[in-house]
Parts: sequence; C-alpha cells; structure tokens
Amino acid sequence: MGDDHNHHHEHPDHSELGEMQSRVRALESILTEKGYVDRRTLDLIVDAYETKVGPRNGARIVARAWVDPEFKARLLTDATAAANSLGFPSPVGAHLIAVENTPQTHNLVVCTLCSCYPWEVLGLPPVWYKSAPYRSRAVIEPRAVLAEFGVQLPEDTRIRVWDSTAETRFLVLPTRPPGTEDWSEQRLADLVTRDSMIGTGLVRGP
Amino acid sequence: MNSIHDMGGMHGFGRVEPEVNEPVFHAPWEGRVMALYRALGFLQFWTIDGGRAALESLPPKTYLTASYYARWLMGLERNLARAGIVGADEIEAGRSLRPAQNHPPIMTVADVANLQRGNFERPAASASRFRPGDRVRTVNLNPVTHTRLPRYARGREGLIEAVRGCHVFPDTAAIGAGENPQWLYTVVFTGRELWGADADPTLSISIEAFEPYLAPA
Repeated sequence: MGDDHNHHHEHPDHSELGEMQSRVRALESILTEKGYVDRRTLDLIVDAYETKVGPRNGARIVARAWVDPEFKARLLTDATAAANSLGFPSPVGAHLIAVENTPQTHNLVVCTLCSCYPWEVLGLPPVWYKSAPYRSRAVIEPRAVLAEFGVQLPEDTRIRVWDSTAETRFLVLPTRPPGTEDWSEQRLADLVTRDSMIGTGLVRGP
Repeated sequence: MNSIHDMGGMHGFGRVEPEVNEPVFHAPWEGRVMALYRALGFLQFWTIDGGRAALESLPPKTYLTASYYARWLMGLERNLARAGIVGADEIEAGRSLRPAQNHPPIMTVADVANLQRGNFERPAASASRFRPGDRVRTVNLNPVTHTRLPRYARGREGLIEAVRGCHVFPDTAAIGAGENPQWLYTVVFTGRELWGADADPTLSISIEAFEPYLAPA
C-alpha cells in the first residue's frame, strides 16, 4: 500500500463521504428505532470527545508533575489515582501508567495490534497513531520514526518503546525544558504538546 | 489470529504522516460511529476483546484500505449481526424489521458524564508465577482466534519488569470462553533479541504479557 492510497482513504472524496454518511445514519436509525441507543446520548459522547476529553488533560498532569515533586512521585507509582486527584470532567479509569523521560531514556508509546491509547488524558488518537506506518515501524526503527516528527535524540540516549498490548495505558512524562524554571503551572501546561506525551515529540523551551 | 492487524516490525508501509491541526473527526459520520461504539459497548453484548477480534477478522485487503472509523463500522455491523441485535437484512433494508431483544438499560445522557474506561483487573485465584527481575521466554502460539501476544514477540527472551495485577484474559474473553483472569506483566526485550544483530543497540521494547504467554527462561 503506497502513501497515496492511504492518504486517499483517510480523506475520502465526496461520493465516499456521502455513502458513509448515509450508511452510518441508517444504522443509527435502526438502533434508535429498536431502542438500543439514544440520540441525545450519542450527541453528548461526540461533544465530549470534541470539546472536553483531550490532550489538555494530560498537559495539566505533566505540568503539575513538573512543579510538584510529591505529585510526580505519586504519578509514577499510581497514575490513575494521581490524575484523578486533579479532578477532570470525566474520571480517569484504571491502569494509567506514567513513564518518565530522562536524559538517559526516551519513552515512545505505540499499539502495534490496534489503537490502544490513553483516551481520558489525551483524547482520541490522531490518524497517524492508528496508521500502518506508525504501528509497524515504532517497534523496529523508532529513531527513523522520531526523525519524521523532527525529533533527533543523542546517539547514546536509550529508547524504550511501550507496546500497549493489554488494558494498561501509557502516558509519557516529558522532560521539562530549560528556561522555564520560574514559569507558572498554567504556562507550563500550555507548552506541553500531545506528541510529547506519546513520545513522538519533545517539549520545546521558550 | 495471524492477520494484518499484527503489524509490529513489518516493512513497506511508508512514512508516518502527521496532519497539522488534525480535527478530532474528519467527517460527522466518524463521530457517530465512535459514539455508537461507546453506547453499544455499554450494553455489553460483546467484550472489548470481542470488538477487537471483529476488526481483526476483516479481510486483510479491507483492513488496509478502509479508514479507521470505516473499519469500526464494519466491525460493529459484524458484531451486531452476530449478537442478533441488527441483522444483515435490516442493514440492507435500512430500517428495523424485528423488535428489539430484551437488553440491559441503555446508555443515557447521565452516563456520559462518567465516560471512564472499564476496569479489567480481577481477583487472583493464585499467586503470580513471576516476579520483577525474572527472565522469561514467550511461548510460540498461533491461534486462529484472538490473542494479544504479537508475532514479533513470540518465542523471545525478556525480563519481567513489573507485575500489573490479574486481568481479564483477552484470548478467552474474545471467544465467549469467559474472563479467565490471568496475571499481567510488563516484559521488556532488547532490540537485538527481537530484531537481530543489526538492531539499534539503544533500543528496548516492552509488551504487556499475560501469564499464559510466558515460560521461565
């Protein structure tokens, strides 16, 4: 499968779009008619993932860990409990695991078998995370993958790839950039990118 | 099953192409599919592993060429038909042809406020077999049904790094053979163990491995 092909199908043309739209609408009507789903509930689920559950939640966790060593210690021991102590709109479920980047080790998260991703703290995964190129290559040539994200690590930095093959979910705690020592927690949170919490990005300083 | 979904280590798929300012959904139907998936998941007609198994059993060509949420839709249709919720004839007709079965209460607006994932940890029937620091070898298995042991990590030697508790076993849960809880471990392998002498010497890879996937090394 070439890139063009992949590209084509992630961005369907108008006829495909219309076909999918009507096929999904039909299924939704059948399920609504039978009473298995409620339209208002579906609307709210879509709204939650579009507006409430996203990487800003993860960024708050990271920023707190940078300014509060006691919170960071709890995060690295039991990330679900630590995250929930910050009080998100919808609670973080079981078995969130935070893994810390250090000058010696860089962490990268993938799900080679499907698309497992810490939805509650990062939202829904981007298309590239679910794509064949990322899933196939992250475990065998992570440096080449990182280079495509513009990330060059020192040659002696160890790379640890976490393949999410069970119901545990991984959040990378990126390194706090230099030059931010006197920054507020909010300002730090604004600096934290989604990709830095997957491991395909670094948090860049001012 | 050894199908196309098990992609770790494959070559030839090209570059990773991040999209700048990617929207959460690329078309409204994608959001509806995601919401249907969540709302139907709430009714527990099938397990999370049964949902994954349905996607994995799509023909490889379909799996590779359909977009992500199109695959979800196909998996959903497959499981709805299998569970007798919506028949293929009803999907064809575009309307309900039979009344609903008895079912648990459906997901409501109030439930959306509590969208957290399920907890798959279960009480353990016995002590864990391995401890952090133990050397293990993954088994070689090739079931035609669902498994979470990727091909690239079968028959390989690694180190138990962490014990994650006792969890629902996907291999049985996916086929309706029960939760059969098993100890779950983080097992870490060197890049060279998985990919040979030419592998990046700075690389290590971990999987989350259920106890039946492991034997003492």
